[in-house]
Amino acid sequence: MSSRPILKLSRITKRFGAVIANDDVSISLAQGEILALLGENGAGKTTLMNILFGHYAPDEGTVSVDGALLPPGQPLAAIRAGVGMVHQHFSLAPNLTVLENVMTGTEPLWSFRSARTGGRRKLVALSERFGLIVDPDARVGDLSVGERQRVEILKALYNDARILILDEPTAVLTRQEAERLFAVLRQMARQGLSLVLISHKLDEVMTTADRVVVLRGGKVAAERMTADTDKAELAELMVGRRVTRPARAAAKRGAIAFEAAGLCAAGAGAAPLDTVSFRLYEGEILAIIGVSGNGQTTLADVMFGTRKPDAGDLLLHGRPFEGGSVWAVHEAGIGRIPEDRNREGVVGDMTIWENAVLERIRSPRFSRRGIVDRAAGIAFAEQIMAEFDVRGGTPTRRIRALSGGNVQKLILGRNLLDNPRIIVAAQPTRGLDEGAVVAVHDRLLEARQRGAALMLISEDLDEVIGLADRVQAIVKGRLSPPVPADRADPRLLGLMMAGDWQRAGDISAGEMAHAS
Amino acid sequence: MRLEKRESRSPALMLLAPLMAVAVALVIVGGLITLAGASAPEAFLKIITGAFGSRLALTETLTRCVPLILTGLAAAVAFRARVWNIGAEGQFYLGAAAVAAVGSGALGTILPAPVLIGLLALTGAIAGAVWLLLPLWMRLRFSVDEVVTSLLLNFVALLIVSMLLDGPMKDPLAFGWPQSLPVPDDAMLPKLIERSRLHIGLLAAIAIALLLHMVQSRTVFGLQTRATGLNPDAARFAGVPPVSTLIKVACLSGGFAGLAGAIEVIGVKGYVTSDLSPGFGYSGIVIAMLANLHPIGVVAAALYTAAVFIGADSMSRSLGVPTAIADVTVSLSLLTMLVAVFFTQYRIRA
Repeated sequence: MSSRPILKLSRITKRFGAVIANDDVSISLAQGEILALLGENGAGKTTLMNILFGHYAPDEGTVSVDGALLPPGQPLAAIRAGVGMVHQHFSLAPNLTVLENVMTGTEPLWSFRSARTGGRRKLVALSERFGLIVDPDARVGDLSVGERQRVEILKALYNDARILILDEPTAVLTRQEAERLFAVLRQMARQGLSLVLISHKLDEVMTTADRVVVLRGGKVAAERMTADTDKAELAELMVGRRVTRPARAAAKRGAIAFEAAGLCAAGAGAAPLDTVSFRLYEGEILAIIGVSGNGQTTLADVMFGTRKPDAGDLLLHGRPFEGGSVWAVHEAGIGRIPEDRNREGVVGDMTIWENAVLERIRSPRFSRRGIVDRAAGIAFAEQIMAEFDVRGGTPTRRIRALSGGNVQKLILGRNLLDNPRIIVAAQPTRGLDEGAVVAVHDRLLEARQRGAALMLISEDLDEVIGLADRVQAIVKGRLSPPVPADRADPRLLGLMMAGDWQRAGDISAGEMAHAS
Repeated sequence: MRLEKRESRSPALMLLAPLMAVAVALVIVGGLITLAGASAPEAFLKIITGAFGSRLALTETLTRCVPLILTGLAAAVAFRARVWNIGAEGQFYLGAAAVAAVGSGALGTILPAPVLIGLLALTGAIAGAVWLLLPLWMRLRFSVDEVVTSLLLNFVALLIVSMLLDGPMKDPLAFGWPQSLPVPDDAMLPKLIERSRLHIGLLAAIAIALLLHMVQSRTVFGLQTRATGLNPDAARFAGVPPVSTLIKVACLSGGFAGLAGAIEVIGVKGYVTSDLSPGFGYSGIVIAMLANLHPIGVVAAALYTAAVFIGADSMSRSLGVPTAIADVTVSLSLLTMLVAVFFTQYRIRA
């Protein structure tokens, strides 16, 4: 690895309105080096890379490759200088073959002769050289996500990229695909390519990168060689405070807040519920775990009031409760945190305050005789944003401007601000960065502490072990018997999710006997 | 040169965009007029004087404006909630026919004028609404795209009306022309200006636009329909009943288009013919787009469209440029408006 800087970003500043996305950022990249750009969602990583690639023009600062300045805001100049970018969302034409996709934009427009043969030779040579194996004649639409990413990388290499930028490359990959990708990246670096890896995942940064630049709030917070640091330090640098799993006080279990007995519900395109029973106690978190697609969505829909159960009884504080109405669920004081915040949680093109009040707009607090009380809505949103640390906008801006973590904090806030007695949270931290995950966990535990009954539907076992008091597994629409969370190790949870409740029960009971 | 997404859109920009669009369209039209062998500045002057230059011109333009405001609102209110009502033309005709049928019957002779007018307006609105509920029902029940069904129902509606005009509703005193029995004089809207065709329907249409703007911006219903249009899943999660919201929107949209037909009958003609509308329903779509689906903007866009049509008629008579130039102008304005809307979302960076 030589130390000659092949790429230099000097004092880059970029503002969007009042928001400063990048503030005086300087970064250099050596040849043959893998540099990780680490930071939370909204730290300014993607903006910085878009400036480097010419998608945005910086307000201040310069980009130079091999000592030559790049003209700002011209992707073509960046490509010619040997910068290639692999976006988080692929830009491939699914109806074309791999070769056609790779060659798109490289053939001269006014030439009748196709450069196919030469192109194919070059593509095959590249894919062999870097171990990016993919059939040049396969239709991209038929490829897996991992293979499509390889095509994206090949496309950049085909344009003679010497500097490759990968934006959250593992966000869409399975564990195995990610491992394979990292092997390829390391091989590319050994052969003299320089790589920038944008990520918020500590593991992959530690195992893959040579050097890490941590961005926080648009500024360079720190720079470390991976050999000289560890995950805890990086996490701390990233969020600006020490990250710890939330400490749980002992449960003070109260009365039964909500009970379902023999619940059946059809799923719309999702697995149905089959005679499901559970109890939510005040001051307790019940976690529902399971491999996705086993009925979690239907269970959440019933709890959210968006689906009416076909059979079974629901009891709210001991009294019969009619499901199937969002308003009734809301009136019953049940906080609802949906599984997919962008699809169900918010309307991206509406303002922050409108999103804050949409589900409670019929309450007299926010509307009278059908007329919306805008001032009350804005005040409510301001209160949420202050108390739940929602950053990146004002109540009258569109919510699309917020990062994922901030959207989730707003959703949490609109539910938790009024201290609901019951909270149903479906995958509340999916896709969030470390800092936002901690914030969400803290809030849920706070609610438990003040006596709320929580149902946590999650596929993240660390989250479940960290938060839950009792655990039930959902398998093919049926719920396992509950197991106390302090006896739930990964092996036991694995058995439960596999549907082997008999053995799971034996282990659980055996350990209980052992403990007493 | 390349495009960059704008972070926010200022109100000034949103106002400037349609004005720029119209200006660019007019420049292109100027070129076409020159090609047609007339002087462009002179032609534009003729168009302006033809639309606004005299008492007659002004009242004619404003009269033409009334159905255009209403069909524009019909499209705007529907498109906001992603109900693609392309069927305002058919709803217009059914509204007109329903009014003629009820108005020329026994009821027309017994009710006092204000009650009769109210009843007829309501009748037209209901007929229009029903004609849109049909494709909406097909969408909800069978997932049939209402773009296609509402468009095709225009032709069905027109054929039904033609059949009625040649059959049960035919006026025996019309020398064999296919036109309906007239509504009684009591049913006719009072004139806004004496000795002109301009009637109080103009005030009604403007009032409806203002009212719709208030409803959309201030009420729970407005908030909920906007949410349903922008993200149906999130709206459903927030407890907005999807079906009833769409039905309400369809009733408003079809109702406005039907009302446009009703008012054209009781405001101007007094009876129905099968050429009552020179494409009011289709123009409404263009007007709604020109107005960026904003109700107040619809009034302005309708005035512009009416002025172009009336003015071009008069210009054509004196300069010999074909009246088709009016259609070209309005269509070009739509195209430039779409480009302008794009530039409210993106900016060019050199």
